[in-house]
Amino acid sequence: MDSQHGFMKALKCRECAREYPLGATHVCEFDFGPLEVAYDYERIKHKLTRATIQGRPQTMWRYRELLPVAGEPTVGRQVGFTPLIKADRLARRLGVRELWVKNDTVNYPTLSFKDRVVSVALSRAKELGFTTVACASTGNLANSVAANAAAAGLNAYVFIPADLEQGKIVNSLVYGANVIGIRGHYDEVNRLCAEIAGKFGWAFVNVNMRPYYAEGSKSMGFEIMEQLGWRIPDHTVVCMASGSLLTKIHKSYQEFSKLGLVPEAKYRIHGAQATGCSPITTAQKAGLDFFKPVKPNTIAKSLAIGTPADGFYALKVMKETGGHGEDVSDDEIRDAIKLLAETEGIFAETAGGVTVGVAKKLIASGRIPADASVVLCVTGNGLKTLDAVIGHVGQPREIKPSLREFEALLECEGKSTVNV
Amino acid sequence: MPVTVRIPTPLRKLTNNEELVEVSAGNIGQAIIELQNRYPGIKERLVDDSGAVRRFVNVYVNEEDIRFLQNQETPLKDGDEVSIIPAIAGG
Repeated sequence: MDSQHGFMKALKCRECAREYPLGATHVCEFDFGPLEVAYDYERIKHKLTRATIQGRPQTMWRYRELLPVAGEPTVGRQVGFTPLIKADRLARRLGVRELWVKNDTVNYPTLSFKDRVVSVALSRAKELGFTTVACASTGNLANSVAANAAAAGLNAYVFIPADLEQGKIVNSLVYGANVIGIRGHYDEVNRLCAEIAGKFGWAFVNVNMRPYYAEGSKSMGFEIMEQLGWRIPDHTVVCMASGSLLTKIHKSYQEFSKLGLVPEAKYRIHGAQATGCSPITTAQKAGLDFFKPVKPNTIAKSLAIGTPADGFYALKVMKETGGHGEDVSDDEIRDAIKLLAETEGIFAETAGGVTVGVAKKLIASGRIPADASVVLCVTGNGLKTLDAVIGHVGQPREIKPSLREFEALLECEGKSTVNV
Repeated sequence: MPVTVRIPTPLRKLTNNEELVEVSAGNIGQAIIELQNRYPGIKERLVDDSGAVRRFVNVYVNEEDIRFLQNQETPLKDGDEVSIIPAIAGG
């Protein structure tokens, strides 16, 4: 790369546009607005063409000029480029022409989209000289920080609500990270982490490293456009916790348009939440541009953020693109997990159930028209949230190892015993 | 025992790098005025022109968000702990 900072120019306040050096800092000193990485798009335009991208390995780093690291990435170099699945069977069930699932349930290495943001945050943390990394997490982020820090030889502290799913707790512990369970919900974990970050000199991926971290989510959008044959889908449905992913998918579409990598197009981005934690969709439905914080109560624990940091900007993106906010109950989430699994063979975690369930509602209500192209962002793997579906997906039928018993079982269930 | 206010990193330049500041105000709104008297300039960082707490600032009394209490009317008593935290974090 050409300069000391690669293609980054500065950190810039989204509210007042004041600029800051490219260090580990995340809010403006004047209005507390979020700092965002500003890029040199003129230089990027000369460097980043479709051919350049296609000539690179199939990972999220094929778009590295648009990701905030100064040099070559050093953590998570194999992350991303997950499958974009043409979901024809699900499309028929939902009643829409063209449906795709962006399948981050198989993202490397920890089976959620969080590997994207963590590889950026930790690569940048190493560039800035940090040796200890940390995060406040609803689970998936903790897993990813723990795994990627282990592989990079960094110390890790992960802070999670103590009542998380077992799968998510074990998936952080196994990598040797310091796992701290907080007796409280995520918003309390987050507040504590903001205080710890102010006191300890660590790289908190979603606190002082947040401007870099959040940019990693754009790679999901870049991949969607490339995998669709260099175009922006008419509709994108994104689940929301803090709302950050939704805003970054939007930013990715804007950046590719601006760089001429995809044709300009009109598109809508819809936000999905669980009814038990729906501050953003509730505000969207009421036509408000601000949200009221809530105390979460939902099985979609990975989305259980009652005070969403990017709620304000997520509302703005939905408004600007003509998107809608919608939410689904715990039962609807479980039904949607089953629907995705039975039609497409993809086992998503509860957040994926939220996305699919909300897409179903938006299609049924005509907000997503039947002749549209739609991408569903499915962000995490169902094996990590087994607790949420155990008891709702049936039981195996047990028999002795006897052909007679098996035939009796089929007969009893009214199924044909003739090979068809 | 007075009320302790925990000052976030972005504001510590105004408080001579003090992390903990003590006030004797009876509610959050008065605490902000008291801070302003002692550290001129701090009020405009915390509240907007209409007097409301800024969109990207969260204020907590004993770990509870004041939006779940009585906002700036939230009463303070001796021994309470107030935290001022940038809203943009996490997720």
